[in-house]
Amino acid sequence: MSEASATLVAHRAAQFDDAAQQRESSVLGMWLFIATEVLFFGVLFAGYTFSRVRFPQAFADGGARTDLLLGSIETGILLLSSCLAALAVRDVRFGACRAAGRLLWGTAMLGVAFLVLHGVEYHAEYGEALVPGIRYHPSGHPQPAMMIFFCLYYAITGFHSLHVAIGVALLSRMAREASRGAFSADYFAPVEVTALYWHLVDIVWIFVYPLVYLVGRST
Amino acid sequence: MNSSDRAPHPENYLTAGEPGLWSWLRTHDHKRIGILYAVGITFFFFLGGIAATLIRLNLVTPAGTLMSAETYNKAFTLHGVVMVWFFLIPSIPATLGNFLLPLMIGARDVAFPRLNLFSWYLYVGGGLFTIGALLLGGVDTGWTFYTPFSTMFSNTHVVLAVVGVFVVGFSSILTGINFIVTVHTMRAVGMHWFRLPLFVWALYATSLVMVLATPVLAMTLSLIALERLLGVGIFDPALGGDPLLFQHFFWFYSHPAVYIMILPAMGVVSELITCGVRRQIFGYRFMAWSMMAIAVIGFMVWGHHMFVAGQSMYAGIVFSILSFVVAVPSAIKVFNWVATLYKGTIDFHAPMLYALGFVGLFMLGGLTGLFLAATALDVNLTDTYFVVAHFHYIMVGGSVMAYLGGIHFWWPKITGRLYPEGPARFAAILMFFGFNFTFFPQYLLGYLGMPRRYHAYPEPFQWLNVLSSAGASILAVSYLMPLCYLGWSLWRGAPAGTNPWRATGLEWTTPSPPPVHNFPLPPVVNEGPYRYRP
Repeated sequence: MSEASATLVAHRAAQFDDAAQQRESSVLGMWLFIATEVLFFGVLFAGYTFSRVRFPQAFADGGARTDLLLGSIETGILLLSSCLAALAVRDVRFGACRAAGRLLWGTAMLGVAFLVLHGVEYHAEYGEALVPGIRYHPSGHPQPAMMIFFCLYYAITGFHSLHVAIGVALLSRMAREASRGAFSADYFAPVEVTALYWHLVDIVWIFVYPLVYLVGRST
Repeated sequence: MNSSDRAPHPENYLTAGEPGLWSWLRTHDHKRIGILYAVGITFFFFLGGIAATLIRLNLVTPAGTLMSAETYNKAFTLHGVVMVWFFLIPSIPATLGNFLLPLMIGARDVAFPRLNLFSWYLYVGGGLFTIGALLLGGVDTGWTFYTPFSTMFSNTHVVLAVVGVFVVGFSSILTGINFIVTVHTMRAVGMHWFRLPLFVWALYATSLVMVLATPVLAMTLSLIALERLLGVGIFDPALGGDPLLFQHFFWFYSHPAVYIMILPAMGVVSELITCGVRRQIFGYRFMAWSMMAIAVIGFMVWGHHMFVAGQSMYAGIVFSILSFVVAVPSAIKVFNWVATLYKGTIDFHAPMLYALGFVGLFMLGGLTGLFLAATALDVNLTDTYFVVAHFHYIMVGGSVMAYLGGIHFWWPKITGRLYPEGPARFAAILMFFGFNFTFFPQYLLGYLGMPRRYHAYPEPFQWLNVLSSAGASILAVSYLMPLCYLGWSLWRGAPAGTNPWRATGLEWTTPSPPPVHNFPLPPVVNEGPYRYRP
């Protein structure tokens, strides 16, 4: 008992009265941060909507040039990784800290796999000269506004990949600490908050996937 | 409570810990971070002030002989960028807000002290980029960075400036998150929502706007930087992109940003007025909810910056109506301040003078805002000095007066010293007159048709411009004065004691300057704010 409360006090920052207050603060802080991220990406989605309404054909052409197979696999990877993150939070809440560590490593590795596959996509698009501002002279005779599609595509997926990379770093750190048994049923807010962030990364992609890979193919 | 005056209390936050600059640069104490911000903000205020001085000097003669047109553009851009993002936005929230929020709600610190310090470093980092852009030759786009000029034509250091603003934007996002969480989870026992001082409500509303608006600016500026670096983007008309889209995004942030500047000022003034007249605030809940209403409705009025920019007529009508609507909660506040003062015994000390100045100038600025919200009038007044005068009445007449009033009011708490009342009153009155001399002529200039952002103008406008510049020199003196006597009081001021104003509020129950974790014992609250007994 005294040992458990000693570790609790060690984790508690001086400004908080108790562990519950600290956990509540961390989680609320992350939700607010997620709200800012929604607006951050919201600008790009608004720009996408606005431009798509103006240039439906150019956007359909652009969407058709993306890699549906890789995009779908990436979607599956992120969904699976989010599931692992959620399981990790459940485990750590039940005190199974080392099991949570393994799940968090899995989540981080799936994040890396996502980044690798996206790199493959970028590489192929560079080969097809579809990178505006760097190498852009697409085959055929697409509408000039297709360039706007690819600008948005790179802005959205680029910022998203940056978030994935940050998430991988955070998850790896949590995984390492969890493997050492740093968390307990009374102290697991860092894992919970990291998982929340990872779900945000996932949810942004849930919007990116249909907008970039699917919608253009329906016409 | 007053017995704590005599009781030996823990070491205060100024002298605790190891001495020296290094302990300040690593501090997690919200009070010290507030002071770090105050130092940065004061520096940027005077940097922006130098640019303003150059502008006013140039406009003394119709030919504008002091500066070339290009230099003039850089001067007003520097003035705008520095004053908006490096002074006004962080001014009250990051200094007084940081210092007072935990004290007012009875907490030991903000929820995330390390993040709080990190925000300050972001602020400084953003400032370095902006100063870098200045040293390399400046930026000439205006603080609004309108496309396509900023992306395709300007050959100045737009990217550096944009990165600076991007970074400082994250400083304000993180401060906002910190404050919201602090208000939600760190309140003392018994401090329920409707016992919060109005300054805390103001900070809460402000933080909501910071958190929800600033990311939009961040992404929009990133797109500007990408467009400049790579030459392609969604705002580029050559590709079929739309520069107007930039304006929508920009004002989606920058109009709510106006409320980031004025809401904390309203909070400060509510504290100052109740203490100066020693009364309960009139309509506490209305005051609290009207600030929340301003924060919410403020998100829906951005199009009034674009009445003549090419948005649809119907959008213009809707934005016009909504802009009138946002005036309602603002008017509620003015009426309630006046009702609080009505038939009261007013103590005209310096903070009260600043507060009264605020109410008057804010009213004038707000009412002329209604002129501009009316589409028919706005067509004539857009981009004239009328607009310049309007927003300076709100931001300088409003926010800066409230900021200085707050600094004076809480100076004894922050430093443990009293400032000299005589010079302070003189500076407050001088500021009120200097301000009106500077900016009232600009209403007339704008009404007569003088456009903003020109470095030269026709002969007939000269006398009003000379009047404005003369007023600006008075204003400059009144800004320099507090720097002198407040600085003097740091060493020579009389010790303040716990509660020199006999004010209510938890911050006045702890010693001045407060101990490191604010309260010797955790406070318990059992009544609402402003329980003044005459």
